[in-house]
Amino acid sequence: MRGFLYDLAILAVDEGKAIEAGDGGFWADTAGIMLITPFIAFLAILAVGKKLKHNGGEIAVAALAINLLWASVLFVMNMTGGVLTETTFEIARIGSDLVFELGWAVDGLSIMMYFLVNFVGLLVFIYAIGYMKGDVRVHWFFAAFSLFAGAMLILVGAPNLVQLIIGWEGVGLASYFLIGFYWDDLDNVKAGNKAFMTNKVADVGLILGAIILGVSIGTFDFGELSKLAAEHDEALGAVALVGGLLLFFGAMGKSAQFPLHIWLPDAMAGPTPVSALMHAATMVTAGIYLMARTFPLFQNFDDLAGDGRMWMVAIGTITLFAIGLLALVADDIKKVLAYSTVSQLGYMMTAVAAGGYTAGLFHLFTHAFFKALLFLGAGSVIHAVHSNNMSDMGGLRKYMPTTYWTFVVGSLALAGIIPLAGFWSKDEILATLGHEGFTLVMWIAIAGAFVTAFYMTRAVALTFHGEYKGHGEPHESPPIMTGPLVALAIPSMLFGFLNVPGLSLPGIGNFTEWLGVRVVAMGDYHPESVDWGLAAIGLAAALLGIALGWRLWGPDKDTQAARDRFNVPVLYPLLRRKYYIDDAALGIVGATTGPIARFIDWTNTYIFDGIVNAVGGMTKWLGGITYNFLDQLGVDGVFNGLSAAADSAGSSVRKLQTGRVQQYASGFVAGALILVVLFVFVI
Amino acid sequence: MVVSQFLVLAAALFAMGVYGLLIRRNIVLILLSVELMLNAVNINLVAFESMIVTTEALGQVFAIFVITVAAAEVGVGLAIVLMIFRNRQSANVDELDLMRY
Repeated sequence: MRGFLYDLAILAVDEGKAIEAGDGGFWADTAGIMLITPFIAFLAILAVGKKLKHNGGEIAVAALAINLLWASVLFVMNMTGGVLTETTFEIARIGSDLVFELGWAVDGLSIMMYFLVNFVGLLVFIYAIGYMKGDVRVHWFFAAFSLFAGAMLILVGAPNLVQLIIGWEGVGLASYFLIGFYWDDLDNVKAGNKAFMTNKVADVGLILGAIILGVSIGTFDFGELSKLAAEHDEALGAVALVGGLLLFFGAMGKSAQFPLHIWLPDAMAGPTPVSALMHAATMVTAGIYLMARTFPLFQNFDDLAGDGRMWMVAIGTITLFAIGLLALVADDIKKVLAYSTVSQLGYMMTAVAAGGYTAGLFHLFTHAFFKALLFLGAGSVIHAVHSNNMSDMGGLRKYMPTTYWTFVVGSLALAGIIPLAGFWSKDEILATLGHEGFTLVMWIAIAGAFVTAFYMTRAVALTFHGEYKGHGEPHESPPIMTGPLVALAIPSMLFGFLNVPGLSLPGIGNFTEWLGVRVVAMGDYHPESVDWGLAAIGLAAALLGIALGWRLWGPDKDTQAARDRFNVPVLYPLLRRKYYIDDAALGIVGATTGPIARFIDWTNTYIFDGIVNAVGGMTKWLGGITYNFLDQLGVDGVFNGLSAAADSAGSSVRKLQTGRVQQYASGFVAGALILVVLFVFVI
Repeated sequence: MVVSQFLVLAAALFAMGVYGLLIRRNIVLILLSVELMLNAVNINLVAFESMIVTTEALGQVFAIFVITVAAAEVGVGLAIVLMIFRNRQSANVDELDLMRY
């Protein structure tokens, strides 16, 4: 069944765009298998995982390998011809027309996510077999990990908001298990709680948004919702602002946008493979995915709902810049990467909110590969030195060459150095921001690129260069861990070419076309050719960041660590004093306003003070009466009395709760006897 | 057929069960007392069935249900008792007053 997504495509035809998409045949009809295998793996690992050689890791890997087969076939089919279909089953019907369906959508967006989740997931799972060897509760780790991937697949395959919420909550639950995986330590449990609670706050927004949109327009289906939005439907206009902003609020939580980003750095408490998957392909991308899925709603936000788009761009911009700076002062290598993830999510959110559907998603796509690579590299280092802190590392280049080189590739890709993947995706975001008229935001994003390069240079220098500062002899990780690193380094290098503006690869087109712009009318902007001037500025910012970072934290043996703490010239005090903005503001205000202030002071003292004093005296007198009689005696008296009554009642009644079961049982028997007497003799 | 003698027997059994439930300190004996009470009910059910004969033999059916549930309940109960004993080296209810104000 081709469904509403297809209707949306028909709309595209009306606007003069060609529709070229198959229905995917067997592979699309059976794509639902991908949504089920991780759950089968979950149960199987719980049942027999403990007895297997790798504690169930092999089952988890097998499940994702099957999935990757489907995802790859669909990915290639989508590359060569386009696939657009959906399969749904009616589960329940509320009233006459509000239908609740489960199923799976197979279109450019979901195929991209299927591929991403399964590809990165498979590599991370393989890596985890090596990383978790000899750890506690490994079978439970793989079970929860499968659940995590499965919930994400449910989420990205969702053809409607309800199924998306099911997957969304499943991801939250599994992440809670995994962040608090080492629950012997209370801090980790707290980190898991924090992540869960912060996400819950945002989830309320998502659920309310879904209810408002679903009930007002009578459907939860993404295709139909998008179609109404694309047509500027009257019925949608009224609820678009509230519903859309609530959905955005939900996305802010999962995708760690300022100020709901607080859970993400703490989420590092889980094992490193969890961080890698959580920060790359699953969990944090869910918010961006939601925004992309309901993109026509946000794309037409300005027409439908005033300037709501501006706020979303602002939040993304704050996230991408302000949070990125925090990565400069973190010592825990995973926290550096965590802040970096938040910052990159800011880029994606800014791009999607500003109207760059393809730009945001392309960055999501490339970022998944190199961020997974960086996290796995960090895990490999942590595995070797048994510490998360960069002050215990240093000089690891000699001991772990494979980890070093792949980490450098990931860092360069993240920093946006041509021709690695991050360069192309970041450049496209910059171009989109410029085109959509967000010039200031574009410059902040360029500054963010500088910061990104800066902190990644710091991380590389402190971890791999200089002298080794930890204990024992570090060693390179086993091939089961370095293999995935190499496998992720290749897409980190090459995948940028999938979407170079103006470049259409022979026979398969480019990423923009795969995402379905060729079949879906959404008003997405995609640059026709590379703006080399802008690209050069972005590249220059990144190179400057690397140069400055190397100057500050380069392999200068003894001083490397000391400089990291205090001796960074200019920059550290700058960060500490919040860029002197507070001081500057005070200085300017003090110097220029003196004469004005003195004049105002004179008039103030002689003219206004009299009036003010009189009024003030009156007010104070009235206030005294109000306070003493109305507030203290009246309102407070009532509340104090009520609470005192409740308190005394509580303290006398609670004595009944003795904790002795037989006293309760006596009361029970006595009550039963009274009832017997009543029934037999009285009634 | 005279039902009252069965009812008297059941009432006596039930009373014994209640007595045991309230007086005994050992959890295992308390569980046994609960079993006595359940069996008293079973006797009642079967006795009434023999008085008012139903086509579906409802009394017996219910009695079997009660026996099944009782078995399950004892299984769970004894498992809990075992864990409590393992943790606290005691199975006396008057020493288990953790759940108080």
